[in-house]
Amino acid sequence: MTDGQPFRTGDTPLPDIVILTHKLTRDYDMGGEVVRALRGVSLQIRKNEYVAVMGPSGSGKSTFMNLIGCLDTPTAGEYWLNGQKVSDLSDDELARIRNKEIGFVFQTFNLLPRATALHNVELPLIYAGQPARQRREHAARALTSVGLGDRMDHRPNELSGGQRQRVAIARALVNQPSILLADEPTGNLDSATSGELMQVFGDLHRQGQTIVMVTHEHDIAAHAARVVTLRDGVIATDQLQAA
Amino acid sequence: MRFLEAVRLALQTIRTQKLKSGFSLLGVFIGVASLIGAWSIVNGVNRYMTEKFAQTLYGVNTFQLRRRPMFTPNVPDSVWRSWARRPRIRFSDAEALSAGLTVPVITAWQSSDNITVTYRDKQARDIELTAASERYFDIKNLRLALGRAFTAQENRAGAAVVVLGDAVAQRLFVDRTPLDRNVRIGGIAYRVIGVVERQGSILGFPLDRFVVVPALSPAQNLVNPPGILDAFLVKAQSEPEMRVALDQAEGIMRSRRHLRPRQDDNFALDTSEGVQRFWAGISRILVVVLPGVVVVSLVIGGIVIMNIMLMSVAERTREIGLRKSLGARRRDVLRQFLAESAAIATVGAAFGVVAGIGLTFLIAATSPLPARVSPASILLGVVMGASVGVIAGVYPASRAARLDPIAALRQE
Repeated sequence: MTDGQPFRTGDTPLPDIVILTHKLTRDYDMGGEVVRALRGVSLQIRKNEYVAVMGPSGSGKSTFMNLIGCLDTPTAGEYWLNGQKVSDLSDDELARIRNKEIGFVFQTFNLLPRATALHNVELPLIYAGQPARQRREHAARALTSVGLGDRMDHRPNELSGGQRQRVAIARALVNQPSILLADEPTGNLDSATSGELMQVFGDLHRQGQTIVMVTHEHDIAAHAARVVTLRDGVIATDQLQAA
Repeated sequence: MRFLEAVRLALQTIRTQKLKSGFSLLGVFIGVASLIGAWSIVNGVNRYMTEKFAQTLYGVNTFQLRRRPMFTPNVPDSVWRSWARRPRIRFSDAEALSAGLTVPVITAWQSSDNITVTYRDKQARDIELTAASERYFDIKNLRLALGRAFTAQENRAGAAVVVLGDAVAQRLFVDRTPLDRNVRIGGIAYRVIGVVERQGSILGFPLDRFVVVPALSPAQNLVNPPGILDAFLVKAQSEPEMRVALDQAEGIMRSRRHLRPRQDDNFALDTSEGVQRFWAGISRILVVVLPGVVVVSLVIGGIVIMNIMLMSVAERTREIGLRKSLGARRRDVLRQFLAESAAIATVGAAFGVVAGIGLTFLIAATSPLPARVSPASILLGVVMGASVGVIAGVYPASRAARLDPIAALRQE
């Protein structure tokens, strides 16, 4: 739960630990100059935790997020997701993990502008290889669960910011991932809508969803049960807070 | 992502971006349309040549003894001059051949020239007068619509009777019957005894502007000097028999002309193969030039598609990043963009096929060229179009597939 627990390679992680990183390191080669974005982050996140990752820009939180989200691979260190070591998987295997285990929610929603809400939610199921009819059923159910059952045929530009972000959440959850990974989810929303979104996250957490959220807003981070602060590529603080 | 999924997605993208897709498929469209159009012309003329033209001009299993070949592409002047110095075909040559050929054949004499035919105050100018013997009609497969052809007796006697081509009958008699009327051919009165069925036209040349008179009738003087004919026609019952007759005819003529073994023939034995060879020469040029045109436009079409796909990849970098973050593998992205460019090209090719067929009908309807769509060209057109799409899509699609999802997502 806290940083600094002894960890040896080859240990079987505890069954309820979803995310386990050990000395996770990521260097970038910027035209000959090596930028050390992460300098050994060791962290464990258990099932059904609600974690906010904070930190100023350049602290490495985006890099951390990309690694956790299997969009990137570490230069050194290990990353275990659900008991599987993912830090040395191939591209295709990482794609499969992103598809099955991780649900992304982005700051800019990242919906396909020309596709309906339903089709946007269907996308992960397409890559999971689900047949069309089943796909539509699942996507419709996910949209209904975020309260957009009557907006399925709308395109993103026909939806409000909050609705768009809820489409994105439906998309993130449609494959029932192990973790919901949100990158500044309220960054493009006004405070009222942000509040609503935090309520959705709270509900999901209560239903047992593991959530990792990157944010730089303290009042948003306040909704999480645990706040991890990164600074200069290492964990500065890791605190539980009262709900 | 399965293949059908990729195709569906591609068609969706095309539908939502009609204008851009329209431009990008233009090259393939033009390529395929011109392929089918041009191929149809060659195909149509080819069939025409082999099925109708050669047979109309020569007849099946038929050869002609002439002073020089009838259809000759690109003959140098020197050859023309040597042909002009050759002796002409004489009545006696024809008689010798008739007597000397041992295979069963039917034969006819033929001499032709253009003259004017008049009936009272009406004139039909530029009419082909053929002075022929009676079997001419059988060899040329000319059937009578009205009346009868002349007989062997009439031919031998040089009777002043004439069989009209359809156009001549129409011109001079409109809807009255021409039978038993007297027309004037070179000032000589000829009694009309028959009218030939309408023959139509070949490559725009009308085939009904002729009259046929007995070879030994007075008008022979209008066509050739006494004792001379243009051609001696020989029709055998089968191809092998025709070959035998052809060899015999050559032997007889060489001995009549006293040619030594090393000397070339100074006469021509023309078969329908000659015409077909003539046409084959022309169509070979088309067959060389045509693929060039098609290849050029398909290559341009491919380049256009590749450019537009590269643009599209650049524009949709974020989408690609998103799809990757949602679990799309490299091959999924590759397949998506390949399917898209193949679909664009195939749709272009499909429109090209439709336009090519339309063009073909237009050509067939408005020009004398007997264009005819070849099914093979449709297949080839679509296959080539689709392949152009796939080939042009490889580079943009592999660029898309190689995109780093993080960088792609970050892009504005």
